[in-house]
Amino acid sequence: MYVAVKGGERAILNSYRMLDDYRRGDRGVPELGLDQIREQMPLAVSRVMAEGSLYDPQLAALALKQAAGDVIEAVFLLRAYRTTLSRYGYTQPIDTGRMRLQRRISSTFKDIPGGQILGPTYDYTQRLLDFSLLAQREADALPAGEEALDSAMSRVTDLLAQDDLIDAEPVPEGDPEPFDLTRQPLDFPASRAARLQNLARADEGFLLSMGYSTQRGYGNTHPFAAEIRYGALEVEMHIEELGFAVTVGEIEVTECQMVSQFAGSAEEGPKFTRGYGLTFGYGERKSMSMALVDRALKAGDLGERADSPANDHEFVLYHSDNVEASGFVQHLKLPHYVDFQANLELLRRMRAERGEPEAAQNELMDEAVSP
Amino acid sequence: MTTQHATVERDDHYNFAYLDESTKRMLRRALLKAVAIPGYQVPFGSREMPLPYGWGTGGIQVTASIIGRGDVLKVIDQGSDDTTNAINIRRFFGRVTGVATTESTPAATIVQTRHRIPETPLAAGQIMVFQVPIPEPLRWLEPSETETRTMHALAEYGGMHVKLYEDIAQHGHIATTYDYPVIVNDRYMMRPSPIPKFDNPKLDGSPALMLFGAGREKRVYAVPPYTRVKSLDFEDHPFRVETWTECCDLCGSRESYLDEIILDDAGTRRYVCSDTEYCNDRQAQQRAGGIPDEAAA
Repeated sequence: MYVAVKGGERAILNSYRMLDDYRRGDRGVPELGLDQIREQMPLAVSRVMAEGSLYDPQLAALALKQAAGDVIEAVFLLRAYRTTLSRYGYTQPIDTGRMRLQRRISSTFKDIPGGQILGPTYDYTQRLLDFSLLAQREADALPAGEEALDSAMSRVTDLLAQDDLIDAEPVPEGDPEPFDLTRQPLDFPASRAARLQNLARADEGFLLSMGYSTQRGYGNTHPFAAEIRYGALEVEMHIEELGFAVTVGEIEVTECQMVSQFAGSAEEGPKFTRGYGLTFGYGERKSMSMALVDRALKAGDLGERADSPANDHEFVLYHSDNVEASGFVQHLKLPHYVDFQANLELLRRMRAERGEPEAAQNELMDEAVSP
Repeated sequence: MTTQHATVERDDHYNFAYLDESTKRMLRRALLKAVAIPGYQVPFGSREMPLPYGWGTGGIQVTASIIGRGDVLKVIDQGSDDTTNAINIRRFFGRVTGVATTESTPAATIVQTRHRIPETPLAAGQIMVFQVPIPEPLRWLEPSETETRTMHALAEYGGMHVKLYEDIAQHGHIATTYDYPVIVNDRYMMRPSPIPKFDNPKLDGSPALMLFGAGREKRVYAVPPYTRVKSLDFEDHPFRVETWTECCDLCGSRESYLDEIILDDAGTRRYVCSDTEYCNDRQAQQRAGGIPDEAAA
């Protein structure tokens, strides 16, 4: 009997219970605490906060737990929560030159004021599986460094700007309120602010591949990593009633500034141009990829050849969001049998007309509908 | 079998219909513009919803912005009230509005749909809300949004006629079977969402208001009541809809859109109405001796 889709409501409720069970796994293993995720999987938390566009390590950890470790599902959960929050206003722009640094490197100068600081990095770990981590162990706290770092370190691009060697990128006149991608539809040509917001929320894997493609000849940017820095910053908000800015919290960010040569045009001489990347938390791969893609998206404005995928604003900005992409790809799971039936009907009719034997027995009439 | 559903308990943690009031106002403004310019795609500030993109976020936002406490909501997917996606969306609105839901087309004030228009004719005062995956009818001809917006502004629709002509030249038929392009009010080309072309004639001059929401693509558009909706065709190749030699195995209807069910490995098939409410209604009437069973006749 035709009851294939009946009982859907009960099936849905049962799927909730089975999912809970799947997520929890073996009950003999202690349940994962949010503090464990937050403290011991900080890179996953960072990625969820960055692509979820919400700085809240606790909620990001909750999302990761609820999503059973699926980062894109966790991003989706955090975004769906974020959209319900009221917004009180905008914070003051952060000054990354004044961040409390954990890491800061430049590939363009051997030494720079403030020095190169490796900090916590996987870069030189030799990627050998560390079997000592198999067992639980007590780790001693790290003793404080011998020398305190400077509280402010100029960014390498600022040093280049002093010599007028790099595009200045001043604050637009009147410092207008920024475009808000989560409240306004993207339209084209997209402003740099809209582009950077899109890239800041974009899927790390997508940006990585697009950035990589520019290095392999699909777009030609010749980038240098002028500087990558990771650390903590205070966030301030101007309070109308008080008449001054107060600190509302502290966030960690990773910033990458890439510089690429620009041959110059009739209007201006040759100089360096920048690609900018910024993520919440510690997200070096993402911020570097973002910087490459940001620069690739500038090619058209600079009068360069802009015919590679990474130069195409619509292609990049419409396909960068993993919540959108994941939803639309996976909507193919939903029933499509009505449209499929329409295709089937046409296919059979066309085969019948060609005299294909299988279709002939299922011959379908074709009635004109009066227009 | 036209049951009024036991409503899911309202969750007071969320504003009525989930969206905040200023978001609803923004959406209603976009919808008013859409109604004023039939078939024109109005960009709007689509919100991130707790359901995935591509699963009806546009339709859900449209419904959320127009629904009131007195409304009665029907949700269908593939013509059926019982598919898991339809149930899920109905549960969502139950949870965030507490309004009555129904399977009855005449009893509903709002019908949210994916891929079908009910067989039971709609009446004045009713609103159909369509979930739209890709709103742009010219998208397969031109991938750039900047270009297609210009093409709409200039009513430059020749490319679509060429595509349909090429279909006829190659296959002898127009090979578009669903999401069949229409011209609304003699001006804008519109995608009717992936309804089978069987349903296109129901759009033309409908007394109900038709609203279309595309969440991921951030567009809404509309067909106001009693508006001309013309499916593209040629004089010598008039627009045609699907027909079946079979009738519905359950209610005997020869007028409705049929789904094909494969019953066994030998490929035995039967055909049943895709619109489950229409089909159930007819079966109930037959049991009561109301209408004859055409299959038995």
